[in-house]
Amino acid sequence: MKWGKYTPYLLLAPTLIIIALFIYWPAINSFLMSFYKISPFGNKKIYAGLDNYIKLFENEAYWDALKITIIYIVTTVIIVIILGYLIAQLLDNKVFGVRIYRTLIFVPYVISFTIGGALWTFMLNPVAGHVNYILSRITGESINWLNQVPYALISVIVASVWKMLPFSIIFYLAGLQSISESIIESSLIDGANVWQRMWKIKFPILSPITFYLVIMNITNGMFESFGIIDIMTRGGPLGSTTTLIYKLYQDAFFFQKTSLAAAESVILFIIMSIITFLYFRFGEKRVHYQ
Amino acid sequence: MRKSTREKVNYVFVEIGLIIESFFMFLPFILAISMSFMEPTEVFSYPPKFFPSSINFKNYITAIQLVPMGRMLFNSLLVASFTTLGKLITGTLAAYAFSSFQFKGKNILFSTLFVTLFLPAETVMILPLFMLMSNLGWVNTYWALIIPFTASATNTFLFRQHFMTIPRSLEDAAKIDGASAMQYFFKVLVPLSGPIIAGAAIINFVYAWNMYLWPLIVTMQDDMRTVQVGVKMMISGESSNNWGVIMAGTLLVALPTLIIFFLLQDLFVKSLVNSGLKE
Repeated sequence: MKWGKYTPYLLLAPTLIIIALFIYWPAINSFLMSFYKISPFGNKKIYAGLDNYIKLFENEAYWDALKITIIYIVTTVIIVIILGYLIAQLLDNKVFGVRIYRTLIFVPYVISFTIGGALWTFMLNPVAGHVNYILSRITGESINWLNQVPYALISVIVASVWKMLPFSIIFYLAGLQSISESIIESSLIDGANVWQRMWKIKFPILSPITFYLVIMNITNGMFESFGIIDIMTRGGPLGSTTTLIYKLYQDAFFFQKTSLAAAESVILFIIMSIITFLYFRFGEKRVHYQ
Repeated sequence: MRKSTREKVNYVFVEIGLIIESFFMFLPFILAISMSFMEPTEVFSYPPKFFPSSINFKNYITAIQLVPMGRMLFNSLLVASFTTLGKLITGTLAAYAFSSFQFKGKNILFSTLFVTLFLPAETVMILPLFMLMSNLGWVNTYWALIIPFTASATNTFLFRQHFMTIPRSLEDAAKIDGASAMQYFFKVLVPLSGPIIAGAAIINFVYAWNMYLWPLIVTMQDDMRTVQVGVKMMISGESSNNWGVIMAGTLLVALPTLIIFFLLQDLFVKSLVNSGLKE
């Protein structure tokens, strides 16, 4: 028989080998490492039990990073979801030039977080940037956006929203276009106005998309945002934009606190697992909306 | 049929809303393009200028020379192409196994893959992955930039979903004709999946091109860096005040993904949505 018994295993081998080597093996390693004290060059190891975790949670900087991450993600995700939904409504109309608007609105999606960060760093530049110029013309004051405590985080959030918004718009737009005409027509007969249609009919229908977007935006906010933060503020000023992933990067690659960073990886891993679990527990059920 | 006043008002409202929104989304690009043509004195003039007084490409030339941009563009192109190719090969093969075969351990292997779906490997595993690379002697090599990313659950599931829509009768016919499993794969499945594979290729390429954290830590020599790291080097480099040059360099880095998007917008958006919304 040519469709041999072993064919499926051979077909799966490349994928499984790569995933085992570069996802599972590092994950297990990270878990093991987090229970040891390791010298900076990795040549000495002492079993330390939960010491690394205890140290981490006794460290105020780590709690700060957790707090900043939560503020950053919650704010970004809420704005991105609401604005994304509203803008998708606009794009769902057949008006003049809608294709051009769509193209322009989607563009930030294809560039990297790094480039997004570079563009905003320039616009927020206190001397050459345009934001401060316009601000000072209106209010008479100018702000040192990237070097002042509350403003640095605000800047990073604004830039992130700008960068992440198109992703949500794309999915909401696809969702809106898949809602059947008959539902909309019957709501028109029932006398629902635009606002009611938007929130009481379409939004519940699209709730699986909202759920998916919340999860994806949390993931992006947790990890991909590293680029935007590294370019714009490098975690500063005074650690006010140091998120969990940025702290992990600093501890691992600047301060060479290997075992502490391993524990941080495990915590991020656990947070991600919980989010993933929630997604499949509550999200999957609601996906069948058609 | 005549439009009611109410509809006309809505129409105008939508049109204005869209103009404002696209203006805000695209404004940073307009300013960057404009800045990339300005002389340093113009960049820092007050009040700030919105348009350059002349068009010259001096900043672009300086940007290419400032960091080894040519080499970095080559690196990124190489890395993004090979990771994409790898993902397409491993993904289609694995998807074929899951869609056409019944075998022992299928469910377990499927779950094994499934678990990785929402784990951004290059970030959560970054430290142990880096240690693995240094043990393998792969730091500062293309291997480190390519190999760990040549398989992904997302691609596998996307292809699997598509393969399952291909009628079973085609497979039976191929078997009756005496085609081998691989002949069926190459002559039937892959050709019938053209648009899906092309769409996945675009998304994977853009993703790989835009990767930042991993290339940042796994490469130390300038000639192994990728363009995204180049952006950081330009900003923190010596000419950190010459925004004309930095914006020129930034635009060069963004250009390939922008071109892909402008040329293949519909395919791009469709594939993105398909790969995101799984059954």
